[in-house]
Amino acid sequence: MQMKLKLTGTKRTRSNAITYGIVVLAFLLVQIVDGTGNLTSSLRGQLVPICAYIVMAISLNLTVGILGELSLGHAGFMSLGAFSGVIVSVSLQESIVSDPVRLLVSLVIGAVIAGLFGIVVGVPALRLRGDYLAIVTLAFGEIIKNVINTLHVGIGRNGLRISMTDQASLNLGEGGTVIIQGPIGAVGINKTSTFTAGIILILVTLFIVLNLVHSRSGRAIMAVRDNRIAAESVGISVTRYKLTAFIISAALAGAAGALYALNYSTVVARKFDFNTSILVLVFVVLGGIGNIRGSIIAATVLTVLPEMLRAFNDYRMLAYAIILIIVMLTSNNDQLKQLIQRATSIFRRNKDSRRKGEESTHA
Amino acid sequence: MTFLSYLISGLSLGSVYAIIALGYTMVYGIAKMLNFAHGDVIMVGGYMSFIATAHLGWPPLASVLLAMVVCTALGIVIERFAYKPLRAAPSLAVLITAIGVSYFLQNAALLIWSSNPKSFTSIVRLPSLKLFDGELTVSSVAIVTIISCIIIIIALTFVIGKTKIGKAMRAVSEDKEAAQLMGISVNQTISVTFAIGSALAAIAGVLLCSAYPILMPTTGSMPGIKAFTAAVFGGIGSIPGAFWGGLLLGMIEIFGKAYISTELSDAIVFSILIIVLLVKPTGLMGKKISEKV
Repeated sequence: MQMKLKLTGTKRTRSNAITYGIVVLAFLLVQIVDGTGNLTSSLRGQLVPICAYIVMAISLNLTVGILGELSLGHAGFMSLGAFSGVIVSVSLQESIVSDPVRLLVSLVIGAVIAGLFGIVVGVPALRLRGDYLAIVTLAFGEIIKNVINTLHVGIGRNGLRISMTDQASLNLGEGGTVIIQGPIGAVGINKTSTFTAGIILILVTLFIVLNLVHSRSGRAIMAVRDNRIAAESVGISVTRYKLTAFIISAALAGAAGALYALNYSTVVARKFDFNTSILVLVFVVLGGIGNIRGSIIAATVLTVLPEMLRAFNDYRMLAYAIILIIVMLTSNNDQLKQLIQRATSIFRRNKDSRRKGEESTHA
Repeated sequence: MTFLSYLISGLSLGSVYAIIALGYTMVYGIAKMLNFAHGDVIMVGGYMSFIATAHLGWPPLASVLLAMVVCTALGIVIERFAYKPLRAAPSLAVLITAIGVSYFLQNAALLIWSSNPKSFTSIVRLPSLKLFDGELTVSSVAIVTIISCIIIIIALTFVIGKTKIGKAMRAVSEDKEAAQLMGISVNQTISVTFAIGSALAAIAGVLLCSAYPILMPTTGSMPGIKAFTAAVFGGIGSIPGAFWGGLLLGMIEIFGKAYISTELSDAIVFSILIIVLLVKPTGLMGKKISEKV
């Protein structure tokens, strides 16, 4: 028994190491390709968004895969992180000169704000079940989009000013800067996000999520997912663990949002709509629900895929839709599943018998 | 007087939401799936009617019939090829497939009809009604929409409550396996449900475009989301719930726009939805779910 536990422990460490390794390897690979000048400019522009989407996918996987609740408004948290990150970055333009430090502060505050809203949404919403929870998160995403769309924020002599009506009522005085202009969004952002920062954020996200999953809390969260009533009856506080996972997930989405927004000179609230939430959900489902490594790969492939499909020109989004449907249909096809299972079992049997043969010769 | 005119436009918008929500709720009740492609079927219905009237010169009523026939066929085809193979799959897989279908319909429409908005000519060509010495003007589209919604809900209640296929639908939604044992063809019943839902979506599409005459490949998505919210608002799976949910949502939206803020109307609608769900976690008329260990 002791042996077995230890074995799964080392197996787990190895699996985690592979996940971290893939990220680091991908980083090095991109650096090499970029160094030799083989990286196309369209792909280079995608690097930071890919990192942001990977963090989004891991964070949503925490909610959907580990916690087992469907969220259709994850882009709302991303939006909160994005705009609070931008506000922080612009406000601290003078006080913090170093770009990486300012980026770090923006990411942290973006994550904190999104996490706080995670509490606001999570406390009431997590009482609901299944599809009703999904609807509340959807509604929350739409509310955030709608409110930020009417928001005017500026910084002037009197500090940070917020208005829901128009720019004039901000009363910034001379030398003030307008940060968010309602439906036009945030303009004139100093691009501080870098690919390296994105990779570091992915690694930090992985560290947080993988450690959470394999901790006492993580096991409690998964127990709640698998059978809420059974978990409750053995003394697990359902609300507490659900909320923990949800807040961490929201905060990570906020950090991803800040990273994403600080990669562009302008960002609008409409970017973080229902479609973005769905896009990230597609990453999670295609990567495998609860499978963190799968999320990383799916987010990368599906962000690059539309670029690769450029050869199809106008047909590329149509092709994307068809690929999505076909993948869902084949991956859930029972006959195909049986076929694969049979193939792998034959393969495994061969391997086993070979190993047995080796053992007998040794003996 | 202005209050009355807001009330009527709220009821008219609410009726459109109700007709769409009925499709959502019927499909959910039977197939236990959120059919996110439903909103795009509305869009297809709008385009069909547009082509029939603007290009082929058909009379309005014939164009509505064409839209209904095409959407019904579309609904059956979607169900047969995209959802039926996933009957036993986890619900998230079905949800993603529905999203794939939605992307497909939107992008196919984009290729066929381009992203340029088409201006839709209302199918109701009657003069608007003037009441109280011309102080209150009620558009004929609003009246037709409200009347259509009432006819649809009565017809639907009759079909589900009194006919054989309605009985089959209720049986399948209650317990698929037991229904099958009683000799009901589950697949056929689900097909019929999709067909009815899609035909309703076609009607909703035509009415929606008659009231808000801009037709684009993305026309269906926002009303789709709102109607879906309406269905949840009323308690998803419940027919009267979808009707009242739709009407209420339409009125909240119009009154919110008129009296609180035009820009924040969506935020108001969704906030009220959240509040309702917190007080009544399964919607206004939803069944209470008891859990067994």
